[in-house]
Amino acid sequence: MTRITFDGVSHSYGDRNVLRDIRLDLSEHRIGVVGANGSGKSTLVRMINGLITPTRGTVTVDGLNVARNAREVRRQVGFIFTNPDNQIVMPTVQEDVAFTLRRRGLSREQVAERTAAALDRFGLSAHADHPAHRLSGGQKQLLALAAVLVAEPKIVVADEPTTLLDARNARRITDLLREMSQQVIVVTHQLDLLAGFDRVVVIEEGEVAFDGAPDSALDAYRELLA
Amino acid sequence: MIGLYHPGSSIVHRTPTLLKLLLLSVGVTAVGLLGQPRQLLVALGVVFVLYIVAGIPPRPAWEQIGPILWILVIVVPLQALFAGWTTAGMMAGRLVVAVAMAALFTLTTTVTAVLEGFQALLHPFRRWIDADRVGLLVALTLRCIPLVAEIVAEVLEARRARGTQGSLLALAVPVVVRSLYAADAIGEALVARGLDD
Ligand SMILES: Nc1ncnc2c1ncn2[C@@H]1O[C@H](COP(=O)(O)OP(=O)(O)OP(=O)(O)O)[C@@H](O)[C@H]1O
Ligand SMILES: [Mg+2]
Repeated sequence: MTRITFDGVSHSYGDRNVLRDIRLDLSEHRIGVVGANGSGKSTLVRMINGLITPTRGTVTVDGLNVARNAREVRRQVGFIFTNPDNQIVMPTVQEDVAFTLRRRGLSREQVAERTAAALDRFGLSAHADHPAHRLSGGQKQLLALAAVLVAEPKIVVADEPTTLLDARNARRITDLLREMSQQVIVVTHQLDLLAGFDRVVVIEEGEVAFDGAPDSALDAYRELLA
Repeated sequence: MIGLYHPGSSIVHRTPTLLKLLLLSVGVTAVGLLGQPRQLLVALGVVFVLYIVAGIPPRPAWEQIGPILWILVIVVPLQALFAGWTTAGMMAGRLVVAVAMAALFTLTTTVTAVLEGFQALLHPFRRWIDADRVGLLVALTLRCIPLVAEIVAEVLEARRARGTQGSLLALAVPVVVRSLYAADAIGEALVARGLDD
C-alpha cells in the first residue's frame, strides 16, 4: 500500500483553528476516520489530494509533497464526496465515467472499453445512456465510484459516502469499498460500516484522540460521545 | 442532449456530428425559403421518414415538438387575421418542420459528440481558444439545468411544508444561495477529478 503521512499539520479557516499538529503515518489497506460533527475530518482527508492545503505542516503521498505536486497526486488519489449529485458533471451515465479519462491520451476505443468495463463492474451497464441525474441516490453513488475507479487510482478517499443512502445501499457501497484492491480511507458516522477495517483514527476537536484497531478505536469514540 | 438523447445505431445516429449540424442548418434555411405548400409537405414527409429511420418512438418526438404546437394554436389564427390563412399555414408549417429537424438532432446526438464536434471545429484556432475548456463549459451548463430545476423544486417543497407563501424574492434567495453552494461543491469535484490536468 501507499504511504500517506501528515507531519505537524495544522489548519485554520481565517482565524479559526480546526486542525492542530496532526501526525499520522498511514499505510494500511483500509482506514476509517471517525469523529463528531465539525471535528475536522473533512478538512483532514481533503488534504490527501490537495483540495485543501494545510496552513502549517506537510502532507505526503508516496513521498510526494501534496502541496507542491497536487496534479500528480490527484492522479493517484480518487475522491468520493457525500453528495454524488455534485460529482456528476456530464449529462449521461456513460459520458460521466468517460469524462474522467479525458486528456489521458487514450484512443476512443480504449475509453469506450474502459468505460464499459467500469459500468459493468458497478451494475450500471443498463443505464449507460440514461440521464445521470435521474438515477436513484444509490445508483448515483455507484456512478461516482465507477467514475473514480475507471482512472485506476492507487488510493480512494471517501468523505461520508453513505450518509445520504438507505441502509441497503450504504452496505453495498461499503462492501465495495472494503473489497477494493486499492487503499481506502473512509470518513463515516456509521460505525458498523468499519467492521473489517485495519485501522481507525478518531478525531476530536482538531486532534487525533485515538488511533488503532477498529474495536478499541470505536470503544474510545463511543466513550468520547457519551 | 440534456438527457434527451435517444440511443440507437441508425444512419441518423452515426452521421458525423458536424455534418449533421451542417445539414441541419442547410435544412432549416431551405425550409425557411420554401414558397409553396406542396414543397413544405414534401419536407414534412422527408423529416417524418428520418424519424422512422432513426427509430424515434412517438412519445419522445412529441415531447419535443408538442410544445411548439400550443404556441401555434394562438399565433396562427392571429396571423391569419392579418395575412390570410395560406401565409399563416406556411409559417406554421415551416416552424414545425424546423423544430422537428432540430429535435431530431438533439435526439440522435450525445453531448460528448457535440463537444468533440466543437473541438474539431475550434482546432484551427487552438492558439487562441482552448476547445477543451469551451466544451467543458457547454457540458457544465447543460448539467446545471436539471440541477437548478431540482433546487427550485426542493425550495418550493420546503416552502409548502412550512406553509409559507411569499414574494418571488423569498423564493429566489434560497435558490441562489443553494445554487452557489452546489457550484462550489461541483468545482471541488471537478478539481478532484483532474479538471486542471
Ligand atoms: N470553508 C470553510 N470556511 C470556514 N470554516 C469552515 C470551512 N469548512 C469547514 N469549516 C469549519 O471547520 C470545522 C471543521 O470542519 P470539517 O468539515 O472538517 O468537519 P467534519 O469533521 O468533516 O464535520 P462533519 O462530521 O459535520 O462533516 C467546522 O467547525 C467547520 O465549521
Ligand atoms: Mg465532513
